[in-house]
Amino acid sequence: MAMTATAGHAHADPHHIGVVIEHPGPASKRIVTAYGFWIFLLSDIVMFSCFFAAYAVLSGQTADGPKGSEIFEQRNVAIETVCLLLSSFTCGMASIAADVRNRFWFYLGMTVTCVLGLIFLVLEFREFADLVARGYGPSRSAFLTAFFSLVGCHGLHVSAGVLWLLTMMAQVFAKGFRADVLRRMMCFALFWHALDIVWVGVFSVVYLLGSGA
Amino acid sequence: MSDQTHMPAGHDLAPGDEEQHSVGTRILGYVVGLVLALLLTATSFFIAGTDLVWQPSIPVALIVLAIAQMGVHLVFFLHITTGPDNTNNVLALAFGLLVVFLVVGGTVWIMAHLNANMPPMDQIMMRQ
Repeated sequence: MAMTATAGHAHADPHHIGVVIEHPGPASKRIVTAYGFWIFLLSDIVMFSCFFAAYAVLSGQTADGPKGSEIFEQRNVAIETVCLLLSSFTCGMASIAADVRNRFWFYLGMTVTCVLGLIFLVLEFREFADLVARGYGPSRSAFLTAFFSLVGCHGLHVSAGVLWLLTMMAQVFAKGFRADVLRRMMCFALFWHALDIVWVGVFSVVYLLGSGA
Repeated sequence: MSDQTHMPAGHDLAPGDEEQHSVGTRILGYVVGLVLALLLTATSFFIAGTDLVWQPSIPVALIVLAIAQMGVHLVFFLHITTGPDNTNNVLALAFGLLVVFLVVGGTVWIMAHLNANMPPMDQIMMRQ
């Protein structure tokens, strides 16, 4: 919050629309880095929205292959969802631990996040392998192509996130809680939470809406 | 140090950062977010398979629940708020959402009309 000389104006005009404020200088590196990464995440979400649009258009084009309701297992998806939700929470705990420079809770939070992410990946991989083994691979129908590309793209992001997570643990181990390491940790937390938001769209639109139709 | 972890008197807040709170308050925020998200998820999975409600309302309910849960994630996990120090983050988010709705809404709209105005595929084949 602004606690400078403009504090009096802050209540009348909180967004500084009509007030000429004194120049506080460039924003801190932490803000610039996180804001840039936030813009990247939004562009990543725009990319996901293209896959969602393709899935929405093609979800009925099954070419006499299986429909969504015939291949989706709700129990599997529910476990995946809970894993990602809990990992988002433990990732938040790890970033709090990093801010107060507590190594034990940082490593614990990151390890649990990593394990939950890996469980998610194993479940998703088994689902994909099972579908391909039954002859329902991505080349079977336009619906399955859209399904594999949307869900697989999210899975690739989670895999990259797990690698990044391990890198962050190694960097804290080798370099300690330096300012640059903390900035990377903040970007990782943003990335991981954004992936969870995309997954909310995936399980609602693909699995739950798909199994009803 | 030129880049402090938290700006003492800055005008902006990095996305993901909170205003200065004690550790207990911050953990509580994540716990509240987790409980709300779990509740919304459980409701979604329950609604998807139930016969208790009018069937055509289920897709709408699922979409509303999904948007609500995304909001919960944004507020409690990503700490995007309406505060004056968050204006830039919210504006970037608003622009991202605009593009998302144009892409998804536009695609679904156009492709649905194309489908409705096209004769079935076998008729096209017979004419040739």
